[in-house]
Amino acid sequence: MRMTTAAASPKATLRPADRIFSGSTLLAGSLILVALAAVAIFLVAQSVPALTADPYELKGSPDSFWAYVGPLAFGSLWAAFLALVMALPLSYGIALFISHYAPRRLAQSLGYVVDLLAAVPSVVFGLWGIKVLAPAVTPLYGWLVENAGWFPLFSPPVSGTGRTILTVAIVLAVMIIPIITAVSREVFLQTPRLHEEAALALGATRWEMIRMAVIPFGRPGMISAAMLGLGRALGETMVVAMVLSPSPKLITIVLTGSQNPSTIAGNIALNFPEAHGIDVNGLIATGLILFAITLVINSVARVVINRRAAFSGAD
Amino acid sequence: MNITRSGGLVAIALVGALALASCAANEGGTGSDTPSDLSGTLAGAGASSQGSAQEAWVAAFQTANPGITVDYDPSGSGAGREAFIAGGVAFAGTDSALKPEEIDGGFAGCVPDTGYIQVPAYISPIAVIFNVDGVEELNLDAATIAGIFKGDITTWDDPKIAALNEGTTLPSASITAVHRSDDSGTTKNFADYLSKVAPEVWDAEPADPFPYASGEAAQGTSGVVDAVTNGVNTIGYADASKAGDLGVAEIKVGDEFVAYSAEGAAAVVAESPAGDTAGDTDLSITLDRTTTDPSHYPLVLVSYIVTCVEFEDAEAAPLVKSYISYITSEEGQAEAAASAGAAPLSPEVSAQVATVLDTIVTG
Repeated sequence: MRMTTAAASPKATLRPADRIFSGSTLLAGSLILVALAAVAIFLVAQSVPALTADPYELKGSPDSFWAYVGPLAFGSLWAAFLALVMALPLSYGIALFISHYAPRRLAQSLGYVVDLLAAVPSVVFGLWGIKVLAPAVTPLYGWLVENAGWFPLFSPPVSGTGRTILTVAIVLAVMIIPIITAVSREVFLQTPRLHEEAALALGATRWEMIRMAVIPFGRPGMISAAMLGLGRALGETMVVAMVLSPSPKLITIVLTGSQNPSTIAGNIALNFPEAHGIDVNGLIATGLILFAITLVINSVARVVINRRAAFSGAD
Repeated sequence: MNITRSGGLVAIALVGALALASCAANEGGTGSDTPSDLSGTLAGAGASSQGSAQEAWVAAFQTANPGITVDYDPSGSGAGREAFIAGGVAFAGTDSALKPEEIDGGFAGCVPDTGYIQVPAYISPIAVIFNVDGVEELNLDAATIAGIFKGDITTWDDPKIAALNEGTTLPSASITAVHRSDDSGTTKNFADYLSKVAPEVWDAEPADPFPYASGEAAQGTSGVVDAVTNGVNTIGYADASKAGDLGVAEIKVGDEFVAYSAEGAAAVVAESPAGDTAGDTDLSITLDRTTTDPSHYPLVLVSYIVTCVEFEDAEAAPLVKSYISYITSEEGQAEAAASAGAAPLSPEVSAQVATVLDTIVTG
């Protein structure tokens, strides 16, 4: 509010520093748009040859480009969805613990530790997944398939190395927990003190206070946090390429099998080094599809956030 | 605050730029006063199977000839051949010999109608590695290997495996066969061996991607080795030098079971018949996969170097000649054996290659 009044005031004198600063923020703001446009133009221009070419020239001779990209898009969404399902409750839990339950000193150090997790490079997570996690979960998968094999997610045969889409999703979940936690913690801390105290004064327990005051206020932020995490999980390349045992052209929801759907980003990482000619365009075209998917997901999230914001009780 | 901070950033950028610039200047400096009389830049591209050997060769060669810079881009055999045909690189590394239509099309970097050179430079035996509880030694023939990787044979105590391994107790566990998830010359040669020796089982055309939707996939040689090591009752194929402590299957050649060896790999290359395009300057071979001589190990990858006899760019010729001569020499082959686990070319092949390289016109 104060900002708009100041800008509207006719008496405001613009000093050179103000001009330079507003100019540079404008430049920064437009640079991001230019970069985005440049990426989009590059993707479209490079994709056109693959989209118009005879699909039999593409790798694996699919019936059409969509038959090629479909299973990959499914794999990307499936792995990211699984990761989000695992990461969301944990992240919100950690964030609430830090913002509302933990003693101040513990909260601070826990916050640092979670942020530190975000600084670990994905190749390290990949190594951890392939060297530690996959061997560790192999017996568990064996048990699951043996005892719950009737359940479609765990139908036999079981993978002998544990390098399945579920393992990838677990690694991805660990990778996106820090970002989701950090954003939602900040949002929870912004809850107006008055709302919280009002809830407590009306006799709410702490859990009821969180449910009635903190979560409704923080919901748009929680959704944004989830979208940031989803974006990272969708685009993650290294971990998928290193850990997953992919079987291109396959669509399956089995979590514990040897053959798993590959993801767009992982497939590009695996095939780009040896690709040439039209195959390069084909891979870039799959990248364009991933770009479109993330754009759609983010727009949907934006719509949801805008609709929720009105009811959040903020302001 | 802001100004000083951004000033600091500028300073860092400046220092960085200066440091890099001085590096470049240093390199140029050492280049001009070298003991070697050759100098310049040599670009090659192609097979990634040669990648680690090329790195070792480049390092050793540049140490001996500080004036020469060699760049090898391991972008894949197909990309390397294309780049060479278009004249973009002075030599190409390729896991499969030039196709007749590629030869007929001519080479942009060579003087027209002077021909080309194609010589073997890198031999790598491929090992069938396994990790099975309680099994130390394993004998397999091509049909069984093909059945396992195709997904027809699914348990370790399958009668087909048991028949080859009398006296070994095989578990009744299911087999996890691990192949490469990325395109690879190793896969192509593995598939070529299986399709030549056991065509009734392995009915897919040999190519860089793994053809069947069976078993597990892992990225790169190290990924396959990792998966086989960390998994249970696993089997895979990898460049023999990377097999480490894993069990290595002996494959059936003639009536005997043969473990991989550098000698066996070099022997099959030395005694294989000449390829379809072979000629005076083309030493390509058609690997004798169906050999019955137990001193041979036919599951092997051979990678060639392709270059010109007479270059349009005459300055490139002596560089190419000295570099390719080095890598195919006894010294270069020993370097590749030490750092990349390659099997050295046999002395006869090495001598043939040297004769061919002498035809490069450097005048």
